[in-house]
Amino acid sequence: MMRMPLFIAVAALVAVGGLFLPLVVPNPFYFYAGYVVLQYMVIATGWNILGGYAGYTNFGASAFFGAGAYMAAFLLKAFGAPMLVQLIGAGCIGVILGVATGYLTLRIQGIYFAIATVALVVVLETLVHNTDYLGGAAGLQVLAPAPPAWFGGQPQYVFFIMLVLTVSAVVVARWIEVSWIGRSLRAIRASEPAAECSGVPTLRLKLLACAISGGIMSMAGAPYATYSSYVDPVSAFSLTVGLNALAMPLIGGTRSWPGPVLGALLLASVQQVATVTISSEFNILAVGVVLIAFVALAPEGLLGLRAFRRRVS
Amino acid sequence: MNVLLSVRAVEKSFGAVRALGPVDVDIRPRERLGLIGPNGSGKTTLINCITGLFPPDAGVIVFKGIDITHEPAYRRARRGLSRSFQIPRPFVGMTVLENLLVPMDYLGKGGGSEEIARADEVLASVGLIARRNDPSEALSQLELRKLELARALVAEPEVLVADEAMAGLSEGEIDDILSLLFRLNESGVAVVMIEHIMHAVMRFSERIICLETGKIIAAGTPSEVADNPLVQKVYFGEQNHR
Repeated sequence: MMRMPLFIAVAALVAVGGLFLPLVVPNPFYFYAGYVVLQYMVIATGWNILGGYAGYTNFGASAFFGAGAYMAAFLLKAFGAPMLVQLIGAGCIGVILGVATGYLTLRIQGIYFAIATVALVVVLETLVHNTDYLGGAAGLQVLAPAPPAWFGGQPQYVFFIMLVLTVSAVVVARWIEVSWIGRSLRAIRASEPAAECSGVPTLRLKLLACAISGGIMSMAGAPYATYSSYVDPVSAFSLTVGLNALAMPLIGGTRSWPGPVLGALLLASVQQVATVTISSEFNILAVGVVLIAFVALAPEGLLGLRAFRRRVS
Repeated sequence: MNVLLSVRAVEKSFGAVRALGPVDVDIRPRERLGLIGPNGSGKTTLINCITGLFPPDAGVIVFKGIDITHEPAYRRARRGLSRSFQIPRPFVGMTVLENLLVPMDYLGKGGGSEEIARADEVLASVGLIARRNDPSEALSQLELRKLELARALVAEPEVLVADEAMAGLSEGEIDDILSLLFRLNESGVAVVMIEHIMHAVMRFSERIICLETGKIIAAGTPSEVADNPLVQKVYFGEQNHR
């Protein structure tokens, strides 16, 4: 396995490489579509820290994504905040939401946490619907400042921001996976009572996972306001985000960081192609069909399938 | 009398059903204590209260002179109170070695190569060193039992609670686990054995406590408990009552 400093160096190289992409890819559409694929890589990677490593299913990824998007839009409208501040603000709101939801529900195992995360989506969406400053049900028009000249346009700029976020999220996820935190989360997933009796402070670890997972998913929503110049409750708290966040790690494999990245790459790419060639409504159908197929045929995801084949041979 | 763990007037109910108590139990350093009783007598409830998985409704639990009644299970484990489970609960998705590293991460037993060397030592002592890098889900029933004990031991406990560690094993395998528990006890660990396999409990224990409907009905040496009319009544019924 690649050592962590080398992994970080490779990840940093990938991010720096993104700076030069506008020079070799002239068509901004690829950045526009690529942004969505990367966005789902970040969401799926963040979701997997709690849902995959610790085994706690979060149905409310869109609550975190939407909160991040609206926090960024708010900071932009109220203070004209730069992208970095928007990202930090979104991350903070995600951490707060994650800890609050976790603290209220994680003492009880299983389904209660899942139900609470669904409720969180409804609560936040209703809150935004009734907040005039955030545009209410009609949504909020966002006037983002012009991107740095180097990038040549907004799609290239937000693509680069999302690439940096993706690389950062993957580095965090891998560090957690190979560290004592990941080991403890996997122990919680396998048997919470056995983990607790082995000295693992399970509640504290789950709250930590909630905080990191929530923070990453909310940060994924931060550039959305700049990307689409418009935020509305239906898109920001969309079912598609919540469903994709769950489906992508399940398709790729939930036990390690490449799983959600691979799942997001496959599913989001198919969705982007389907959006252009067939219909945007086809997305949900595609997710549903692929999810059923994987649950039935490869419950451990693509990476689990590879491990299974290795064991059999 | 030197007491390592003291349970005083501990009670536990689930809704209207009183599962345990009030019971008093003392465990001495390096003792081999057997806990017997028919199904539903409160054995597992008692050890869940002792190890912190269930908060008792009443009573006090003192370990090494410290009141641990309201402490969470993970803190009790760090103090030296380890247990195995009735149904083995391996950390699936991890290798045998990684299963042992989980408790070691929290118990200040050193890190890196030192930590791994200690885990290897424990694996060798329970006969699992050859399975070190195998996924825990690939282990046999006997190996799973050994893994449970190894995971408890790596924390260097002062009290080990073995909850039906021999359930479902053959006679040869029972001997294997018994000799392992004897060796642990010789190394200074007090062992509480909860078991339905009577010849194993009788052979292993210095003292036996028998529970029935959440209360202690007999306590003493194995022969004293075996000869106790109440114990015979519980196990064999009224007709066989001598």
